[in-house]
Amino acid sequence: MLDQSYYTKTDEIIEHYGPKAASLIPIMQDIQAEYRYLPGELLTYVASKIGVTEAKAYSVATFYENFSFEPKGKYVIKVCDGTACHVRKSVPVKEALMKELGLNAKKHTTDDMMFTIETVSCLGACGLAPVMTVNDEVHPKMTPDLAIEVIQNLKKGGAE
Amino acid sequence: MFLHNREELQALRQKAEAELHRQKIRVLICAGTGCIASGSKEIYEKMHNLAEINENVSVEFEGEVPHPEIKKSGCHGFCEMGPLMRIEPLGILYIKVKPEDCEEIYEKTVCQGQPIERLLYHKDGQIYQSEESIPFYAGQMRLVLKNCGHIDAENIEEYIAVGGYAGLEKVLFEMTKEEGLDMIEEANLRGRGGGGFPAGKKWKQVARQKETDRYVVCNGDEGDPGAFMDRSIMEGDPHKMLEGMLIASYLTGAQNAYIYVRAEYPLAVERLRIAIAQAEELGLIGDNVLGTDFCIHFHINRGAGAFVCGEGSALTASIEGNRGMPRVKPPRTVEHGLFNKPTVLNNVETYANVPMIVTNGAEWYKSIGTPGSPGTKAFALTGNVNNTGLIEVPMGTTLRTIIYDIGGGLKGDAGFKGVQIGGPSGGCLVEKHLDIPLDFDSVKKYDAIIGSGGLVVMDENTCMVEVARFFMSFTQRESCGKCVPCREGTKRMLEILEKIVAGKGEESDLAELSELAEMVRAMALCGLGKSAPLPVISTLKTFHEEYEEHIRDKKCRAKVCSALRKFIINPEFCIGCGKCARNCPAGAITGVKKQPHTINNDLCIKCGACKDNCSFDAIYIEA
Repeated sequence: MLDQSYYTKTDEIIEHYGPKAASLIPIMQDIQAEYRYLPGELLTYVASKIGVTEAKAYSVATFYENFSFEPKGKYVIKVCDGTACHVRKSVPVKEALMKELGLNAKKHTTDDMMFTIETVSCLGACGLAPVMTVNDEVHPKMTPDLAIEVIQNLKKGGAE
Repeated sequence: MFLHNREELQALRQKAEAELHRQKIRVLICAGTGCIASGSKEIYEKMHNLAEINENVSVEFEGEVPHPEIKKSGCHGFCEMGPLMRIEPLGILYIKVKPEDCEEIYEKTVCQGQPIERLLYHKDGQIYQSEESIPFYAGQMRLVLKNCGHIDAENIEEYIAVGGYAGLEKVLFEMTKEEGLDMIEEANLRGRGGGGFPAGKKWKQVARQKETDRYVVCNGDEGDPGAFMDRSIMEGDPHKMLEGMLIASYLTGAQNAYIYVRAEYPLAVERLRIAIAQAEELGLIGDNVLGTDFCIHFHINRGAGAFVCGEGSALTASIEGNRGMPRVKPPRTVEHGLFNKPTVLNNVETYANVPMIVTNGAEWYKSIGTPGSPGTKAFALTGNVNNTGLIEVPMGTTLRTIIYDIGGGLKGDAGFKGVQIGGPSGGCLVEKHLDIPLDFDSVKKYDAIIGSGGLVVMDENTCMVEVARFFMSFTQRESCGKCVPCREGTKRMLEILEKIVAGKGEESDLAELSELAEMVRAMALCGLGKSAPLPVISTLKTFHEEYEEHIRDKKCRAKVCSALRKFIINPEFCIGCGKCARNCPAGAITGVKKQPHTINNDLCIKCGACKDNCSFDAIYIEA
């Protein structure tokens, strides 16, 4: 069960966009921005409020890659594997990060909820390939070693 | 301030112009996504501290919001050389500036007007002091990107000062709607999003509809990996795009305009929000614009991570709150678009071309570029090239000019292999195509498309089979799943390509791959599905030999495909320390202590652990 504050916040968001079917995506985006994931209960709640079926809300939420029903880590690391980054060797960067954090193709978030690793198709910073972002902060010209250094600095920062 | 009529806009322009030309020393530090990532924030802070006591110097951080009075403009495009610092009115451009350079810059350049040579751009022994003289810029023709990096992107008055909203003024007060539509058609402005469909024709079709509830939509869902032209326009000169959309709305009789922006571009969304709010405040957006009967309202929608939403009908479905899946056409978007109403749908760059066409006329526009594709095109030049960044050249410019003159040639020693043009929907151009003029029609003849304008340069260290697999894995993952040819076809093609790069390819694979590719191209529902096989078709044609080598000889000449690599120990360098043998997970390395070791390639799993761990560079890969 989610506590009442979640529903109050969701009501605010619905109010902002207006309770209509076309608001579904922006409402879900704001909920996710607030909680770093999309709690299933809230999706059901939104559907009933804006007059779409629960099935419709789920079909839309599962279609778009940005929506996640799983809670994400404190630091979301997006490794770019767009064309420019790919030809400048982005795959070894991602592999090094996964190895460092003990993640794999099925497991994207560390058990302590600190790190989530995602692959994105292009961050639009191709001039500095390969790049990755940590919570939307861009780290340019990555190498496996530099990427691990970023993680270690974050770990140190979190421990302080 | 609210502008009630044309005269008030003109008065504001005069005032803003005077304001802009009140010269003092301005230090402009680039704060595009690229330069921020390279550390320009710290440089800004340092310069700002140095200048704080001196009233004659203004330090401007072009992009973020660290201080309310500080001006913000966009990306200069020369991302590789960041952080960039421009000093006006001296016209000096410093590259790769470090925080420790700041004091010297302040003392020598800001106070005494002297350039510091080591921070200027160098090439082949020559030093370039100003931005315009650097070959990267000298070879370009920046019209759409003209203001990017030169005006404050969050200040509508600066845009008005450099002639902004004069195009809107002209269509509202000096011409009829028919004349305006004729002008866009006459200029032959073609859609910059990929297809190259004439915008004027599209607009006229919408203007002709009986239904009077109409929409204008801007496609800012720049999903092609390796392309960021639209991001730079939205971040660096958002008003230019808004003005283009306003002109389109007025000419076609639309009352609502939507901008659909990728989720990955938060800064673009913020800049657009600010720009729309400013235009609303001045009365350039809203009811009765400049005292006319033109009424228009703007809305921004953020994408949610679906490449297919770059397709017109999928994009409108997404704005409506549905799954972003394309539908069968006809009816076309111009008849049944957003909310089933007549809709003008163009991309960011297309709209950004409109104001200057209106201001300067169709004849002027047609004097640039080629007869079939007038104007310029912005390209994102990336990959293994020296000067990566954002460029703009007249249509019809050759790849040779772009790669060697503007791009400064290839990075490293490996030779030129090819250019991927048009992203995952495009094809590959090679050495023999270097001199064809790049425009919408000529590129099509070589199974490629201009697309949105991504140019990824690849050198000899790139495996083309792997590149084809990479694009196919992208389109397969992004296939919306609605039509069978795309959903199943891309999956089967990907399986074959994966098999080939894993060294398990068979002779029959190539024929099957080619058949599947043609099937998807002919039968997929939407434009994205139809173009998904293009990278395969074009590499199969141009690099057939490489495919055959992978299949027949189990060999990857670029040494990229890990399953086909063969690790060998060079006995001359190996000192027999045994580190590789200890690190080999397959127990494939044997040898006597202090004697050169050997790798048993039957046991080797090609993981590369031995090479990574060798301290003497004694292990190499044989293709």
